Amino acid sequence: MAYIGSNVKRREDLPLLRGIGKYVGDIRRPGMVHAAILRSTRAHARLVAIDATAALALPGVVGVLTAADMPGLKTIPMRTGIMEGLKRSQQTPIATERVRYVGDPVAVVVAQDRYIAEDALELVEVVYKDLPAVTDARAAMAADAPRLHEEVPGNVPADFEVDTGDVERAFAECDLIIEETFETQRHAAVPLETRGLVAEYDEVRDVLTMWGPTKMTHTNWRILSELSGLPQSAIHFIEPAVGGGFGARGEFYPEDFLVPFAAMHFRRPVCWIEDRSENLKAMNQSREQSYRVRLGLRQDGTILAMDAEILFNMGGYTRTHGGLPVMASSAMLRGPLRIKNYHCHACCVLTNKTPVGTYRSPGRYEANFVRERLLDMAARRLGLDPAELRRRNLIRPEEMPYDHGKHPFHYMVYDSGDLPGQLEAALGHMGYEELRQRCDAARAEGRAMGVGIGCFVETSGIGPWEYARVEVGNNGGVVLYSGVNSVGQGIATALSQIVADEMCVSIDDVRVVHGDTAKVPFGNGSNASRCTVMGGSAAVGACRKVKDKLLMLAAAELEIDAGDLVLEDGRISVRGAPERSLDFAALARLALPGPALAKGLTPGISEEDFFATDKRPFPYGVHMVAVEVDRETGMIEILDYLVMEDIGRKVNPMIVEGQMAGGLAQGIGGALLEEFVYDEDGQPQATSFMDYLMPTAMDVPPGRFISTEDFPSPNNPLGVKGAGEGGITAAGAALANAVSDALGVEVTRLPLKPGYLLELMDAAEQS
Amino acid sequence: MNKRTITLRVNGAEHAGEAEPRKLLSDFIRDDLGLTGTHVGCEHGVCGACTVFVNGDPVRSCLMFAVQADGAEIDTVEGLAPDADTLHPLQEKFHERHGLQCGFCTPGILLTARALLRENRDPSDTEIREWLSGNLCRCTGYVNIVTAIREAAKEMSRR
Repeated sequence: MAYIGSNVKRREDLPLLRGIGKYVGDIRRPGMVHAAILRSTRAHARLVAIDATAALALPGVVGVLTAADMPGLKTIPMRTGIMEGLKRSQQTPIATERVRYVGDPVAVVVAQDRYIAEDALELVEVVYKDLPAVTDARAAMAADAPRLHEEVPGNVPADFEVDTGDVERAFAECDLIIEETFETQRHAAVPLETRGLVAEYDEVRDVLTMWGPTKMTHTNWRILSELSGLPQSAIHFIEPAVGGGFGARGEFYPEDFLVPFAAMHFRRPVCWIEDRSENLKAMNQSREQSYRVRLGLRQDGTILAMDAEILFNMGGYTRTHGGLPVMASSAMLRGPLRIKNYHCHACCVLTNKTPVGTYRSPGRYEANFVRERLLDMAARRLGLDPAELRRRNLIRPEEMPYDHGKHPFHYMVYDSGDLPGQLEAALGHMGYEELRQRCDAARAEGRAMGVGIGCFVETSGIGPWEYARVEVGNNGGVVLYSGVNSVGQGIATALSQIVADEMCVSIDDVRVVHGDTAKVPFGNGSNASRCTVMGGSAAVGACRKVKDKLLMLAAAELEIDAGDLVLEDGRISVRGAPERSLDFAALARLALPGPALAKGLTPGISEEDFFATDKRPFPYGVHMVAVEVDRETGMIEILDYLVMEDIGRKVNPMIVEGQMAGGLAQGIGGALLEEFVYDEDGQPQATSFMDYLMPTAMDVPPGRFISTEDFPSPNNPLGVKGAGEGGITAAGAALANAVSDALGVEVTRLPLKPGYLLELMDAAEQS
Repeated sequence: MNKRTITLRVNGAEHAGEAEPRKLLSDFIRDDLGLTGTHVGCEHGVCGACTVFVNGDPVRSCLMFAVQADGAEIDTVEGLAPDADTLHPLQEKFHERHGLQCGFCTPGILLTARALLRENRDPSDTEIREWLSGNLCRCTGYVNIVTAIREAAKEMSRR
């Protein structure tokens, strides 16, 4: 039957194409009222007084809530990236005495409609006493810097080290040591649908129902229970259609407490839909890191040692991801390279900016930029071609599985792959040698053309477990209840392919249920390119148990040994006697309590499975890009872009390549356009799409996307590696290398805005 | 605030409603007419998710007041398919060629593409990309959207 590996069209599509998909903003409940959040206009200030009298007098206003209405407020806990020290800077859902970034929630206004709620926001009077603000991570670490949290001296709530080999001894043996600083700018996921929630408390049933995107429904379910005091049995989460996630969507945010609180307080269904300006100040931002790095090599290009200091600008609070992005950076800075002597000191630093979390390929996008830039710098100094320097240092297939050595927070054993082989393939597809000649010819004409390589290893499929239940329903259909979530990526389609193959049924006979805590008791959600890896593997396990049950039921009915039965085309039949068969609907009838109990069998055809592992699959690949830069304007034209990635096994090649193309567009946005600029007082300067520039169809090249399945992962029964992040992960790296090559400069920070490139060109001319 | 009565013809059917003069057309379509296929992504006219046809022209419904549309013919994504069982060729090709992921930008992009194909029955990829440059998609990287529109153009010429 083999649905796995074929381009099955997505089951998610039809309602979305017809405009009848239900996103959170499309949900209407009887008596529903609308919330708007009053947010701090100051980056750092004491809250002196809040006066809502005028707002409350406005017709149509239901009420105004502040921290004073919420005694016993707890802070929002980390769900991952946990370090003890970071707990000291967790965020309460609403500011209590102090605000620490522009956008910090100060009050909640609830009104008959959104227009009135926004009118009322303007009538709430807040008296602030400004405090000095700090926005730069290194400045925040200075002795005289303003302290954001009294309990966190120096604004560094946590730091850690990674240490393998003998770094200083290795540096002593190096012929060339490159020492450089790098910076990646603050940008973010910015899904096209803003955040939103609808909360309704049914007093009669004593159930609080929450509609809204939650990439980890069950985690948010638990956190809301912990913060509100309601038992999980009295909370029901339902995930509607989701307008993009990319890491930032669906974490437990302050509003995830405030909106249900308002619904219970006012005893009305409450809808909150974030507007875009709020979204650009309040949703997790990401990527802002500063590096000081040393890379040591022998004359022949062999890398002996790397030493890095990473400052991770966390913004004003610890959010649910804790230190995850910098944990990933410190782990994956070595990426595809054999670096036996490695030291990294990573510091989490609090500043008066919006708090951060993950964004697609968190920490790796940044680290790949730094490492791949260092490689090109070293290649230039050693007189080697950048591809050749990589050849000499990429981990070889015979070294797999490759253990990078102990990391305090990150699984570090690469499972399988041929990294040099992938590079050669990419060089071939790109016509690398010829491209080099074209660049030389262009330069001879005075045109700045260049080529850039970014090799990468991605992490994916994070554990530690995922849940699935599979049942055969009364009509003989197969239903998968999965603990993973949709963020628009097409996971229901991919899972239905896996289940249909495993159960030997038509894909049309498979239903997939997810994102509903009344129907799925456990789950770890959609993150870290894990849904197909972990959710798919759990589904396989549950299917296998269901097949055993089906065989048991059929054996009892047909009075034959289960070993003489075969499962094909949605039926179980006697081997060699296909006329003696039972379809799934018949088996479902036999599993009803009456007949099943009479035969001494457990009723029902429903089996659970947990797929549990800490071992991740590591997809790997290459970004390669050719650019031409206009020396007058600093504008970059992308001439050709290739992304290659080995993901072990493709469940749906069309979806995989769609992920690569979408990731690349975001990666280009991060490399060229997107930046959350703040002024020195911490005022955000990019609070609309006029200032926060996301790539349009004119900014993104057609691109070439090649996904391979040369090395199935040994770490899961499907052999899959997660495919969600390879498209973005080395885009900053490859583009920065191509631009450096084109202009004969050394890029050390992103984004590659024209002004920065003109600066680099001027500096090069003067030296 | 005083409400005004407005009458619209939406996807071929007459609708009357009341709206404050400040009410955005996008909100009127979504909240008063219940047609939630028109999405609001930025409310300042950049992302294009809220695109609808007003008297045949593609318009950002977040940049227009409902009262300004009094008496107008409005077409939304819900009216694109000829009936409940048939898709418009653009919808078909978006489905076939994986031209959508989360689907949030899709209604605006479908209508923008519909407007393009009315003007230009055989657009080049460059022309498609230029025409789409006022619609943001955060998921697809536009690759399959361009392919789907190109193929839909061919299909529509063939029919």
